[in-house]
Formats: sequence, C-alpha cells, structure tokens
Amino acid sequence: MFDKLFKGTAAAVTLGLLTAIPAHAVDLQFYFPVAVGGGAANTIETLTQDYMKDHPDVKIDPIYAGSYQDTITKVITASRGGNAPQIAVALSTDMFTLLDDGLILPFDNYVKTDADKAWLEGFYPAFMENSQVDGKTWGIPFQRSTPVLYWNKEAFKEAGLDPNTPPASWDEMVAMGKKLTKTDANGNVTQWGVRIPSSGFPYWLFQGLVIENGGKLANAEGTETYFDSPEVVSALQYLVDLSTKDKVMEPGILDWGTTPKDFFERRSAMVWTTTGNLTNMHDNAPFDFGVAMLPQNKQRGAPTGGGNFYLLKGSSDAQLAAAVDFIKWITAPAQSAVWTKATGYVAPRPATWETSAMQDYAKGFPQVLVARDQLQYAKAELSTHENQRVTQILNDALEAAITGQKTPQEALTQAQAKADQVLAAYR
Amino acid sequence: MLKREWIYGWLLILPALSLIFLFTHFPAAMTLINSVFSTPRGGKDAHFVGLANYERLIHDPVFWKVLVNNLWYALGTIPVSIALALLMALLVNRPFKGRALARMAFFTPTILPLIAVANIWLFFYTPGFGLIDQILGFFGFGQTNLLGTPSSALPAIMVVAIWKEAGFFMIFYLAALQSIPLQLAEAARIEGAGRWTIFRRITFPLLMPTTLFVSINAVINAFRLVDHIFILTGGGPGNASSLLLYYIYETSFRFWDTAYGATLTVVLLSLLCLLAVGQFFLFDRKVHYK
Repeated sequence: MFDKLFKGTAAAVTLGLLTAIPAHAVDLQFYFPVAVGGGAANTIETLTQDYMKDHPDVKIDPIYAGSYQDTITKVITASRGGNAPQIAVALSTDMFTLLDDGLILPFDNYVKTDADKAWLEGFYPAFMENSQVDGKTWGIPFQRSTPVLYWNKEAFKEAGLDPNTPPASWDEMVAMGKKLTKTDANGNVTQWGVRIPSSGFPYWLFQGLVIENGGKLANAEGTETYFDSPEVVSALQYLVDLSTKDKVMEPGILDWGTTPKDFFERRSAMVWTTTGNLTNMHDNAPFDFGVAMLPQNKQRGAPTGGGNFYLLKGSSDAQLAAAVDFIKWITAPAQSAVWTKATGYVAPRPATWETSAMQDYAKGFPQVLVARDQLQYAKAELSTHENQRVTQILNDALEAAITGQKTPQEALTQAQAKADQVLAAYR
Repeated sequence: MLKREWIYGWLLILPALSLIFLFTHFPAAMTLINSVFSTPRGGKDAHFVGLANYERLIHDPVFWKVLVNNLWYALGTIPVSIALALLMALLVNRPFKGRALARMAFFTPTILPLIAVANIWLFFYTPGFGLIDQILGFFGFGQTNLLGTPSSALPAIMVVAIWKEAGFFMIFYLAALQSIPLQLAEAARIEGAGRWTIFRRITFPLLMPTTLFVSINAVINAFRLVDHIFILTGGGPGNASSLLLYYIYETSFRFWDTAYGATLTVVLLSLLCLLAVGQFFLFDRKVHYK
C-alpha cells in the first residue's frame, strides 16, 4: 500500500517537473559530417550538450549527416525544400556552390563588437583564404586539415637511412624511396618507398605538388583555372614518374581509405595523407613513425582542406544570432583544443595552441606541431564556381595520366578546355 | 446496374492508381519537362531551352563512355548470372545430404545489402593485403590493383554484381523446377532419352516463363543497381567503371546540374522501356506457357 502511494507521488512529482521546464526560446539544427575515424561524432554531441548546459534557452539538434558529400547534398536539398538548418559544416571548397545558389549568409552582419572582430581575425590566414570572398566572410574554419608526410623510422633504419631525417625535397624523396623499395626472391615488391593516394579526390595531394612546383590551379575568384600551365604539367609528370620511371610507388590508382593500413602493414615506408589521420596513426602504428612537412621542389607548400561552418538562409534573426554565438563558442580556444585532441584536425586559431591543454598535448605528441608549422606555406584548396564539376574534370585527367591512358600534357590540356567551358559563364 | 459496377471497380483501384500517378507517372512527366529547361542557378530561374540539353548529351564524351560501360556491364552480368542461377538450381534440386545448407549458402549473398557486399569485396580486392592478393602471393604472384586499373575496374564490379544476383535468380528457377511434373521426365526416360535431351527438350522449355521473368529483372538491375560503385571505385579511374545511373547521380546531386540530370534520366527511361517492350514481344513467342 505504502509502496503504491510512494510510486504515485513520485510519478506526480516527475510530471510536475517535466511540465515546469520552459519551452526553449530558440531551436537550432546543426548538420555535420564525419570524415575521419574515431569518436568525432561523439565529441560533437558532447560539446553541444556542454553548450546547452550553459545556455538553457537554446536547444541545438546536432545531426550527423554522413560524409562531406552526403552532408552538402542534404544541406542543399533541405534548403531548396524550405527546411534549411541554421548551421552546417561543409567543405570550405563548397563556398562558391553555396553562394551561387544563394543559400548562405555572411557572418559579417553578426560581428559587431570589438571582441567579435578580434575573434574573426584570430584564425590562421591560410584557412581564411577559402572562407572569404568579395570582402565578406562566408565560412568559419572548424575541422581543417592539411596533408603531411608520415615516415616509418624502422624502415628507414633497415634501409641504412637516418631514421630522424625525412626527405626535404622531391629528389631526396625519390632517392630515399629507391633505397626503401624492397623486392622478394620472385621480383615482387614487398615494400614500396612512397605512397601518394589517388582514389576519389586525387586533386588534393596533387595540389601540394603544384604549389611546391611554384604553380597554382585556380585564381582566388574561382573563375579561372591553370591546369595546362607548365608548373602543373611538370608536377603531374613527377607524380607519374614515381611509379613508371623511378619505380618507388605502386602503379595504378591508390586507395585513400586503406592508406593508414598500408602504412601499418609496412607496405609503404612513406605515405602522404591528411593530418586528420594523426590520432589514428598515433594509436595504431606498430612502429616508431615521424611526421614531416611535404618535401619541397621550388618552394615548400601544401593545400589546406576540410570543413567550415556555414550560416544558412531561411531562419529568424534570433535563431541566426544564437547560431553565430554557438559557432563562436565552439571555435574558442578551450573547445577547439578538445576537438583537435579528439581528431587530429589542425586547430585553426593560434590562441588554441597557447592553451595549457594543447601545450601539454604537444609535449607528449610533438608530431602535431608539424601541421601547424606547415600552415605558413599552405595555400587554399582548389575551389571554383561549380566546384564539384571542375574538380571532377581535374580528377579524371589525373586518373587518366596516373593509369597511363594519357600523357600529363594531353590530359591536362583537355581538362583545361573542359574547365574553360564550365567557367565561361562566371567570367 | 452495369454503370454502378463500373464505378465500384474504379473506386477499388483508385488508391493504387493515385499512388502510381503521384510517385511514378508524375515524376516521369516532370523529368521530361525539366529536360527541356535550363538548370536554375543563383537566382536565375529555369528557362525553356528546347533540345539544347539533348544536343549537349550527344557531344558529351562521358555520357557515351558510361553508356558503353553499361552495355558491357549488362552483357557481362546478365547471361552469366542467369546461367549460374540455373546451374545452382539444378544442383540443389536433387536430393543429397546437406541440401538445405547448400541452398542457404547460394542464397546468402542475396540477403546482404549491396553496400555490405561491396565492403566485403573491397577487402577482397585491396592491393597487397586483400584476400585475392594474399592467395596470389602464396603462389608467388605479385600484387594486383584490380579496382585501380582502368581495364580491370569494370570487370571487378561485374563480378560483385554476379555474385550478388545469381542466388536471387536461383530461387525462381528452383521454384519452377519443382513445379514441373516428374511424369514428364519419367516418360521420356522410358522412351530412352538421355539426361541432356531431357533438359534440352523438356526442362528448359518449361522453364522459359521463369527465364523471361528473370531476364527482365536482370536487365532492369543492370541499369538500376549502382550502390557498389560508390564503395568500390566511385566510378573511377577516369569513369572506367561508371554506369549511366551513377552518372545521373553525379550530375544531379554533386554537380547540381538538375536539368542535364533530367535529360540523362529520360535517356535511361526510354532505354529501359525499349528493352522491356523488346523482351516481351520478341521473347514471348518462344515462351511456352502452360
């Protein structure tokens, strides 16, 4: 009897509490992609919960939307259907696409106080190149990355190389690669010198080679490409030669996804891949490895990559102001440090690197600093109007040259002609 | 009285009819309309362009490439998977120990989603440490890069499709085999007919309705199932393994060129209609219904 009474009371109290919680003043939807392994999605959920604890009047619904490709598709579809989310993380290179479709708002309207301005100016300039156009800021750097070279120190030792000296130039990479390439009794290669993965989006790592070669793929306005310029052609020739002439890299299209595994299995002694893999490498490499900047030819260089926050049209002013406040909070040093440690993405603000959390982290894992130091040489990732189509044109050309169907000159001349056709409408 | 029945009949099929109009005929008509308009971009509304999209299609080398790929894909997967299905059905139709297990094993690939199948095969194909390379390596061969080489990427994708499809078609053949009266074979045997003759003159003709049904399904699937391409190659290298529907997806939802995507869809639709009609009219004469 007593028991029943107790239960009844408890239920009544619970009901009372539930109805007592006020309705949220602002509801926000936040689409995000996950492009790296590990607990990236959980970290986003936790950070969002933390924010809502401090801001009880705001309710944020973080929606995991799949890969970058899935996310941008969902964002555009939802926006066209009149159900745009307020916040989305999408590739920085999708800026022109979102702009041309008139789906995003500049952040400048919500940057009013001096503190706000200081926040906006506190990002690395290399990351802002893909986020600003016509004097307005359309994207806020969040999960940004840049490619680096990982090398297997044990393999270097076995090959008679200094395990603490990575290749600094293109020629050194080939020379070291030759020493690192091992064949078995049947003449089959058991360990390749270097691996530059080329499946899906070969243009990204290729852009690293182009910058190092003193060239560029497109102008800042996203209206011109330079695919058939001599710097670009000779960069592709170098990439093709790695497999065909120097024989230090496996021929054919090399998969992105299996690249870390390939490195762990000692099938490639040096690999080029994103800093987004840093935590994965750190946790799973069965040997001592080093992280280095990409080797230089005429100069150092690397593209930036990864995702920005975007602010989408179609919501009330109160919602958008709350959305910007959330973005400011999550890119602040304390939160940004949590995110970088969980994923390996490069913290996009110098202030984050000065937090004690990041300094302790870097002490135990100094490899994370390489990507930061490389930023001074980094350039914006290839981004143009109708970006996906133009990059696909370049990807097709690169794949054709890598698989030996066309010469680099032939492939890139044709690609430039096709890109000109697409971009003519925007000049 | 007659009129009342007529209304009653229409009312009965109305729910199904409205669904098919809403989700099949209306989108098909919209696609046709969209294909003669331009893609709306950046505040500019779509405007009538006549047959400009079709003209562009004729001059689009990627379109021809994926169309030819798709024809090879259909030619490579349909006969092989049907023959394999028939063979497997004949195998597991006779009684033997572990028959249920064999039937289940043949049918398992069908139950798996195509995305899961593609992930399994991605592991088989991985250069260096994938299953195929490990087996080849055991016999002293070097490593392969089947998905990363233009000449082998499409065949590698075809193998996955055959592996997935054959078990499904087997089920239809198995059901059909069991509905053939045993007396027919017995009578033939008394007349002195051998096994091959019985198959060729009795079993196979009686299976023709099933073969027609299965082959129509196979043709549709050859144009309809592209999930594994997303996982295995993304259409690469250089569109070597891209199929028509995959190209439609890329055009519409990556490049957001919806008008051109609609144009490609119209081509796919007409192609499928043509094939289905052709199959029904040409094939039907040879089909022996009971």
